[in-house]
Amino acid sequence: MKKDFDKDALSDMYKDKFLAPENEIRFVNAPDGSIIEVNPLDDYFCQERPKELKPRKGVVEKFLNWARAESLWVLGFGTGCGSIEIPPLSTPRFDMYRFGVQMRATPRQSNVFIISGYLSVKTLKRAIRSYEQMPSPKYIIALGSCTINGGMYWDSYNTINRLDHYLPVDVYIAGCMPRPEALLAGFGKLKELIKEGKAEKANEYIQNLDWYKANQKKIIKDWNMPDYNW
Amino acid sequence: MDYSLSRFLYTLLGLFIVMNWGMLMSSTMRRIIARVSGRIGIPWYQPWIDLIKLYSLRSQITHGTMFYLGPVFRLMGGVGLFLFMPMIYGSAYFMNYSFSGDLILILYFQFFGMLGMALGAGEGGQPYSAIGISRGLSQFTTIEVPMTLAVISLAIQYDTLSITEIVKAQQGSIANWTLFTNPFATIAAMLSLLGAFGHSPFNLVKAPNEIPIGPPTEYHGTFLGVLRTNGAILHVTEAALFMNLFFGGATSWLELILKTFFIYFWSVFVGVVFPRFRIEQSVRWFLKWPTLIGIISILIWM
Amino acid sequence: MKQLVEIIQNHFPINDIDLRKKSLAFISIHQNQAIPLLEWLKTTHGYKAFVLLTAVDWIEENRFQLTYLISNPDNFTELGVRVFIDREKAEMVSAHHLWKSIWVYQRELKEMFGINFPNSPRVNESFILEGWDTIPPYRRDFDTKQYSEETYFPRPGRSTNDPAKHMKSKLYPKD
Repeated sequence: MKKDFDKDALSDMYKDKFLAPENEIRFVNAPDGSIIEVNPLDDYFCQERPKELKPRKGVVEKFLNWARAESLWVLGFGTGCGSIEIPPLSTPRFDMYRFGVQMRATPRQSNVFIISGYLSVKTLKRAIRSYEQMPSPKYIIALGSCTINGGMYWDSYNTINRLDHYLPVDVYIAGCMPRPEALLAGFGKLKELIKEGKAEKANEYIQNLDWYKANQKKIIKDWNMPDYNW
Repeated sequence: MDYSLSRFLYTLLGLFIVMNWGMLMSSTMRRIIARVSGRIGIPWYQPWIDLIKLYSLRSQITHGTMFYLGPVFRLMGGVGLFLFMPMIYGSAYFMNYSFSGDLILILYFQFFGMLGMALGAGEGGQPYSAIGISRGLSQFTTIEVPMTLAVISLAIQYDTLSITEIVKAQQGSIANWTLFTNPFATIAAMLSLLGAFGHSPFNLVKAPNEIPIGPPTEYHGTFLGVLRTNGAILHVTEAALFMNLFFGGATSWLELILKTFFIYFWSVFVGVVFPRFRIEQSVRWFLKWPTLIGIISILIWM
Repeated sequence: MKQLVEIIQNHFPINDIDLRKKSLAFISIHQNQAIPLLEWLKTTHGYKAFVLLTAVDWIEENRFQLTYLISNPDNFTELGVRVFIDREKAEMVSAHHLWKSIWVYQRELKEMFGINFPNSPRVNESFILEGWDTIPPYRRDFDTKQYSEETYFPRPGRSTNDPAKHMKSKLYPKD
C-alpha cells in the first residue's frame, strides 16, 4: 500500500538548517600536501537506500515465521513512562520467557521494539535510529494511548500525537497505562500476526520511505544523521 | 593417526551430538536459574528456535573483513578444542584427533577464540565491544594461571601430556580419579572453571545489564548464530576437558552427558548464589586463592 | 527569618517582603542588586546551598519573574530571591560563579523562556528541544495547542470533556 503525499512541500522544507559543525563539509590537508574534501555524512555513514526484502514463499516462510514468532527479542529501550511496565514481565508473576520473549540490550540483536508511551521529538530521533538499525523482519508494539492519539499529552508542544506517521506499527495496546497482562496479550497478538504472515510492516516502511522521512524531518529539525541509519 | 573418511565422519557426528547436547544443556541451565528465582523459564527447545530465527533474518550489515572473521575464529576455537579432545575413552570412533601432546594444544585453543573475537568486535567499532573485550582478555589471562598450574601438576603426576593417557590412568575405580589423587590441582582447576564458563560472579565480560552485551554488541543474524553454535560446542567441550582431566573421563555418551552436566552445573550453582564481581575484583581473586592452591598442587608433586 | 530580612533591609534596598513561615521567606530586589545580594547571603549568612532557579512569565505586566531559591543547611531555612526583568530585553547576569550547578538551570531557561544569561557555560546549546525554531514554548504568547495541531498530525475524532462542564450538565441538567 502506497501512501500519497505532496513531496515538494515537505522534503526540502527543513533541509540542513541545524547541521552540526562536526557534520559540515570541510577540507583537510593530506600528508602529501593535497587538499581532501571531507563530507562526514557521506564518508562516515552508509547513505545507501534500503531495499524491500521480499518474504520467501510457501511452507518455508511459514516455518520461518513460526520460528520468528516463538523467538521475539525485545529491544530494551523505554521511551516514556510505559517502560515501567516492561521490567515486571521478567518477574515470577508474569514471566515472559515462557512465551519466547527475551530482552536484548542492543538494536542489532532485537526484533521487537516496544514504543512505551509518549515520544518526545528528541526521543523520536533516537527511536528512529534504533528502529532502522534493527535487522529485518522487525516489529513495533505501540504501548499506551499516547502512541495512538497523543493521550494526555495531545496538546503538548514536544510530544508526537500519532506514532504511525513516523514508524510503522504492528500492534497497538490501548490504555493509560496498560498493565503487564495487556502487554503479554499484545505479544500474543503479534505472534498471531507473524504466523499468519501479516507482520510485514518493515517492508511497508521501506515502500513508503519518502512519506515517513518527510514526516520525520518535518518535526526533527536537528536531523544530523544519514537518511537511513544502517 | 588415522585420517580415513569414516574417522572424519564420526568426528562430525560427535560434533553434532555435542552441539545439540550443549544447546539442551544451556536451556536446562536457564530453566534451573529461572526456578531459583521463582519463574518457569524458557521452553527447553528455545535455543534451536533462536538459532533458526537468527539464521533466517533478512537484512544483515557488515563492518568489514575482520567483522566476518571474528565469529569464524571463535567457532574455530570451539571446534578446534573439540577436534583434539578425546570425548569417549576407549571408543574407536569418538577419540577424535587426539594425540600425545594434545593437552598443550587445547590450552592454546581455549584462548584462540577469545583473540579472534577481539579482532572482530574491534572492527565493529562499538565502544561497549571494546570494553567487553578488554575485560574479557584480562580476566581470561588470569583464569589461565590457576588452570595452567593445575595442568602442570597433572603432567608431573602422570608424567604425560596426553589426555588419553591421563584418562587411562584414572580408570578402574572412583578412587583413581584425579579428584582424589590430586585434590589441590582439582580445586584450582574447578575454581578457574567458574571464570571460563562466564557465569556470575565472573560474567562481567558480557555484563547483561551494564554494558549491553559486551563483545558481540554489533553482531546479529548469522554472525550471532555462529557465536551461539560455538557457545554450545565450547561449553560441552570444556566441561569434557575437566571431566577427562579430573573426573575419570567417560566411556559412553551417557556418562559424558551426566558428567558434563554436573561440571557445568557447578558454575551455575555458584552463579545463582553470588552476585557479579567487578573486573579488578575478579582479576585479584583469580590471582589470589586459585593461584595459591595451584602452586601448592605443584609443590606436592615436586 | 524576620531578623534576617531586617538585616538584609539595612544593607540592600528590597521591596515586597513575603514571610511564609518560620523557615521560608521571599524577597524581591532590583535586577542589578540581585547577584551581589546572593553573594553576600552566601558568604556571610550561610546560604550556601542553591536549590533552584525558576521563571514565571507575567505577560500582562510585560516582565519575567526569576526566583532564586537558596537554602541554609545549618538552620534549615530557605530564602527565595525574586527578580523582575523586562520581557522585551530578557537578560540576566549569570550566577554560575557562585554555584556551579546553576548553569543547567540557566541553559534551560534560555531554551524554554528565551531569557539570556551571557557568559554562562554552554548556555546556547540545545537542552531538551533540538532544533527549535519558533518562540520559546514556555512564553505565554506561545499557543501550545495550536502548535501541536499544526505540527503533530492530530487524530481526527478525538473529543474532550471539560470536567467542570461535564459534571455540571450531569448533576444539574436543568440549569
